[in-house]
Amino acid sequence: MIRKIVPLLLSLLVVRQTQAQETFPVNGVADKRDNCYAFTNATIVKESGNVLANATLVVRDGKIVAVGTQGVAIPKDAVVIDCKDKFIYPSFIDIYTDYGIPGSQRDPAALRAAFNFNAPSQITSNTKGAYGWNQAIRPETEAARLFVVDDAKAKVWRELGFGTVLTHQKDGIARGAGSVVSLANEKESSVIIKERASAHYSFNKGSSTQSYPSSIMGSIALLRQTYLDAQWYKNNAAKEGLNHSLKAWNDLQGLPQVFEAEDKWNDVRAAKIAAEFGVKYIIKGGGNEYQRIADIAALQSPMIVTLNFPAAMDVEDPIDARAVSIADMKHWEMAPGNPAALEKAGINFCLTVADLRDPKTFYSNLRKAIESGLSENKAMDALTKTPATLLGVYDKVGSLEPGKLANFIITSGPVFSEKTTILQNWVQGNKYGVKEDTWNDVKGIYALTITGAGGTSNYTLDVKSGMAANVIGKDTLTGKFSHDGKMVKLNFGTQPTRRPGAGNMGGGMGGRMPAQYRLSGVSNGNSWAGTGEDTAGNKVTWTANWSGAAAVNATSDSARRRPSFAGRIGKVQYPFNGYGWEEAPKAENILIKNATVWTNEKEGKLEGADVLIKNGKIVKVGKNISEDGIRVIDATGKHVTAGVIDEHSHIAAASINEGGQSVTSEARIADNLNPEDINIYRQLSGGVTSSHILHGSANTIGGQTQMIKMRWGANPDDLMFKGWDPFIKFALGENVKRTTSINNNRFPDTRMGVEQILTDAFTRAQDYEKAMKADPGGTRRDLELEALVEILNKKRFITCHSYVQSEITAAMRVGEKFGVTFNTFTHIMEGYKVADKMKAHGSNASTFSDWWYYKVEVTDANAYNAAIMQKVGLNVCINSDDAEMARRLNQEAGKAVRYGGVGEEDALKMVTLNPAKALHIDNKVGSLKAGKDADVVIWSEHPLSIYAKAEKTIVDGIVYFDREKDMEQRKKIAAERFRLSQKMIGEKRSGAPTRPAEPSWQILMGCGDHEHKDGIFTIDAEDIQSQQ
Amino acid sequence: MKKLLTICWLSCFAIPAFSQEVVYPAPDFKGKTFITNGTIHVGNGTVIENGNIVVNNGKITTVGASAVSPGSNDRVIDAKGKHIYPGLILANTDIGLKEIANGVRASNDFSELGDFNSNIRSIVAYNTDSRVPAVLRSNGILLANIAPQGGVVSGSSSVVQLDAWNWEDAGYQNDIGMHVNLPSFISRGGGRRFGGFPGFPGAGGDAGGSSATEKVEEIKAFFREAKAYIQEPTHSKINLKLEAMRPLLEKKQKLFVHGDQIKQMLIAIDFVKEFGFDVVIVGGSESFQMADLLKANNISVILDQCMNLPALEDDDIDQPFKTPAALQKAGVLYCINDDDANTRYRNLSYNAGIAATFGLSKEEALSAITLNAAKILGIDKRTGSLEVGKDANIVVSDGDLLDPKSSNVSHILIQGRMTSLDNKQRQLYERYKHKYSLK
Repeated sequence: MIRKIVPLLLSLLVVRQTQAQETFPVNGVADKRDNCYAFTNATIVKESGNVLANATLVVRDGKIVAVGTQGVAIPKDAVVIDCKDKFIYPSFIDIYTDYGIPGSQRDPAALRAAFNFNAPSQITSNTKGAYGWNQAIRPETEAARLFVVDDAKAKVWRELGFGTVLTHQKDGIARGAGSVVSLANEKESSVIIKERASAHYSFNKGSSTQSYPSSIMGSIALLRQTYLDAQWYKNNAAKEGLNHSLKAWNDLQGLPQVFEAEDKWNDVRAAKIAAEFGVKYIIKGGGNEYQRIADIAALQSPMIVTLNFPAAMDVEDPIDARAVSIADMKHWEMAPGNPAALEKAGINFCLTVADLRDPKTFYSNLRKAIESGLSENKAMDALTKTPATLLGVYDKVGSLEPGKLANFIITSGPVFSEKTTILQNWVQGNKYGVKEDTWNDVKGIYALTITGAGGTSNYTLDVKSGMAANVIGKDTLTGKFSHDGKMVKLNFGTQPTRRPGAGNMGGGMGGRMPAQYRLSGVSNGNSWAGTGEDTAGNKVTWTANWSGAAAVNATSDSARRRPSFAGRIGKVQYPFNGYGWEEAPKAENILIKNATVWTNEKEGKLEGADVLIKNGKIVKVGKNISEDGIRVIDATGKHVTAGVIDEHSHIAAASINEGGQSVTSEARIADNLNPEDINIYRQLSGGVTSSHILHGSANTIGGQTQMIKMRWGANPDDLMFKGWDPFIKFALGENVKRTTSINNNRFPDTRMGVEQILTDAFTRAQDYEKAMKADPGGTRRDLELEALVEILNKKRFITCHSYVQSEITAAMRVGEKFGVTFNTFTHIMEGYKVADKMKAHGSNASTFSDWWYYKVEVTDANAYNAAIMQKVGLNVCINSDDAEMARRLNQEAGKAVRYGGVGEEDALKMVTLNPAKALHIDNKVGSLKAGKDADVVIWSEHPLSIYAKAEKTIVDGIVYFDREKDMEQRKKIAAERFRLSQKMIGEKRSGAPTRPAEPSWQILMGCGDHEHKDGIFTIDAEDIQSQQ
Repeated sequence: MKKLLTICWLSCFAIPAFSQEVVYPAPDFKGKTFITNGTIHVGNGTVIENGNIVVNNGKITTVGASAVSPGSNDRVIDAKGKHIYPGLILANTDIGLKEIANGVRASNDFSELGDFNSNIRSIVAYNTDSRVPAVLRSNGILLANIAPQGGVVSGSSSVVQLDAWNWEDAGYQNDIGMHVNLPSFISRGGGRRFGGFPGFPGAGGDAGGSSATEKVEEIKAFFREAKAYIQEPTHSKINLKLEAMRPLLEKKQKLFVHGDQIKQMLIAIDFVKEFGFDVVIVGGSESFQMADLLKANNISVILDQCMNLPALEDDDIDQPFKTPAALQKAGVLYCINDDDANTRYRNLSYNAGIAATFGLSKEEALSAITLNAAKILGIDKRTGSLEVGKDANIVVSDGDLLDPKSSNVSHILIQGRMTSLDNKQRQLYERYKHKYSLK
């Protein structure tokens, strides 16, 4: 073991401008140096999997000149640094930073800028100048112009082994250009490696105070429209005039495109936009991609992956722990496996320091990822070659090759090993010390000789580390030791301490110490020397000479600290929560025997009848059906109906209201479906098989709706109802005129204005269609108007939130002027007043059974509404608009019997066949008829009765809900909760950092119309918004 | 049959004008009323088939299956094929105080300013001309406990009957309980993103834990000061807030503790231990987790809403539906309430119905909205069941009152007065049947 101190260690403390610009005058004497260094005898990892033993690296003037084993000539003018036992790696690249960008910190208040029903609107952008219309679209932002070197921040990355970062301003939906910069503490001009390296996007409007967009689907619509506008602007700049934003947008399109998505489903949403416009995003994920790895792999997008793994929660208090969901506990357990899952799925990815609350946890978390299956080579690539290649700077950084920048780190061992320390980080040929005191391994046994007036004393010094050593005389003695690479300090008493077990002089022994030797000196490799005082205060001199290696301690600390990473890891469930499947259920061929079958067809209600389901369809309904070799369900005494269809719901979406403007027909619920909403499962337990997910009622023309089937466990695409006519949500009355706002400034403020918004929208749509036909090239494609044109052409249909008779009539009359039928009026609380007019117009009605009097416009709401409208001849549906009530729509239909005497079979149709008709899907669902989808419910009793339970809910022939299996699932949930909480408690007891138990709040979406019934751990999305 | 009944009802009550203002409170009835041949659901678990009830001077004088013989001047309700129930009781509500909460501030009188409002009395603001009571009556709800809200101590509630000219007539039993709201012990930290929308924060703000404990200490300090204050009979300066605590401290009132969380309910036990209060939990969403503790401390529970979503993603999907059964099993005195703002509490009986689907017997479910509620409100000597000597608060319905499809109410008696089932919704129904010539 060589114990020689490299003399160079401290010689570069004074930072010079080693790469001064030619154009800058020099104050003093020119001091230009070549800065040639040769690093010899090192283990050099040129890139992952390419390891050279006993190799030499030569750098000159900030660049690599040579790297290799044999035949690398050491220039005569090179300063030679002996790196025996050391490792040299290309330094790391962080592709996701805002390093050196002032004012880039995200404003938490802006993060919460979702739609607020009560606040005044900001309709236009606050950005001054010839920029685009939306404040959140800021492609004109140039990181290279904003960038200033910030050495305090750079040091944080350098100490982790990074030499290069991509930096950009993390603000807005389009964030402008990023720059590749090194982490050298030099002038910006030499540090910027690539001025325009990337273009950045997100769904988050950041510091923009403009009202639009106020939802994720609004952000998606804005991005899509901006792609279209920018394409149009290329050829039509004269029409638009100068628009810096669109110009910059176009200028950035050739660069790597980076999208901050931050969640598995957002990854998918971003990739969809990319596919539509023929671009490819490098997607910054959320660390939960392992939960849907097949969906993520299908994106074929490079990813940027966080190492921010959640800490265990303190779940020792069972009352607090109750509020923590399996989903959150499981994520704690499985998140470290995310990088490994991505590797296994063949996804190309980079790792980033971003999101780590404490950057110092980078290595411990990276090691967790490696313990969870990430290969070291992949980890190395993810920190070097992959980001360099994605950013087109692999010719400069990312590996150790001649011609590349001299960006490398010198470590004491393999870089990902726990015992390894980074000694030095060289950036563009400049050395930055990291932990240079450990350049020499100070550990070992030393012969300590102390010489004073009284003679010589000999001790054995057993150095454990730079901070700890034992002095051994007759006994093991206590004291303090430090060795910082150069200076040595040692204090110790000659009497052994009486404190048991305190043999290690690890410092801070406490208590009153007896008189001590106080020694100070300088280390010269193997041999240390210095002066001091003995226990009586007499001057002494001392020497310590290395005599041999210390005994090796077998157990490593980490093995004791992290027991949780041993043992069983739970399985991914689809959806990722307690009620998710480990394996998705499959379609079955089923014969349901001997039930009371409510066909909803001319056969009516059949007693003792059978229903045959094959290949996802209803094959036969009738008596005495037999079929061999398939599952038979004896339904004697039970009732069978078609699945419940909810015409008006707001579940299963990440956002519901895009209320930033009065017309937002460009927003699409389909863009932000959330197939993991627990309410899908809960509603299956109430017999719901299809649900119409509507935009909220924040504005007159809201967004495009999405019909779904309750396929619990599916991804967003598979959740969608296939082959339905597209719909759009309109709304009238109090909500759209923002009655509860104290100072509304968004048009309209009255029902008179609402009527004009409708007229204006259809007028503009007509004009747009004409213009598009006349000049397809020169007319700007407008997503808002496109959706309205679809309405004019009967390719999209309206479901319209409405309450009072004046607004209902006014809407129909506007529609008629444009040849548009209001397909469905929903809520329609005063529909009974104008049922004849609605019938003449051709509308369907979808109402609440018995809601009333929660605001002024429902003063005349009436429980007899459904009955009157039905008797006048309208197709009447009863809908939920409420995640809780949707579980009981069959009972709500029962209320039509009680209020107004609707017949029982007709009442059941109000939640099955009638909504299917209103939604134009009655050829597929809504009744039990051969050829229709096998969406079937088996009820324990009369299906309109409050005592009826859905025992089995079948969608497409798949039993998605089975009450018996649900009972088993509850036991599994209890067992899994117990396992995970015990594991977390073990983590805490082993001393690992924990955070307080955080309730797993459920956020409930609503339309913004009324209160919702929800649990004590639920946050109403509207409440969050109105608190802001 | 149904048609016939409707006609009968029209001839009794329909008034050829269109306004709730002409739905009159019923006059006192001095004679006897016979309700004959119905299925009597007594409210205490007993069912009497083909039963008869006799009411005299507002009180029940006979209940049973034995034959009765009405005189020619007596009022007779033929309940053949029908069901007879005690009047339903809404155990904690804001009717008459909150007319149209959303957007019409002027119509709201349910929440006063200040933290310790023990001197506030709901009864003085109770508006008998509200549109809500008439609709509730038509669903069998005849009595309601009108509670003030807001602050820490909100004030005292009173039980009213829902057929009155003014609040003094309405008062059935005034100032039965003092209402206190406990702070949340749940930290609002966290901030799990929902469906990946980055705009959603953890709700942030008021942490539970230590600040909640401090708040509880403030409440207890107020109780202690009040307790000390009333020991001294004369005061040079009268303190209205402390004086108003006297009935509670002298056990003439119950303490209604509003809270859903386990820790809040544990604090309620603390109130029992230190002050000996008769405590009622209002809310009680998590009560199923500690039913035996509630029972052991004689704490009763008003369950706010059975038709509710489970509190947590992992919870049993039917948890709120089956919470009453858990309390029933443990022997806790509880009742079921309806606090749904969108239906304005008209679905009280269906909340009991769903509890019957998930574990209660139908008669237990009925008790949970009648006799149990009367016990909790301290009015069970006068009402809550169909027993001799009690007030004639009676509902007759065409079918099972707990099941929406069959729950058409045909007659109600409040203190023996045959009360109108008319309300604006029924009037509008008639008006538009007329417009469209519907039968």
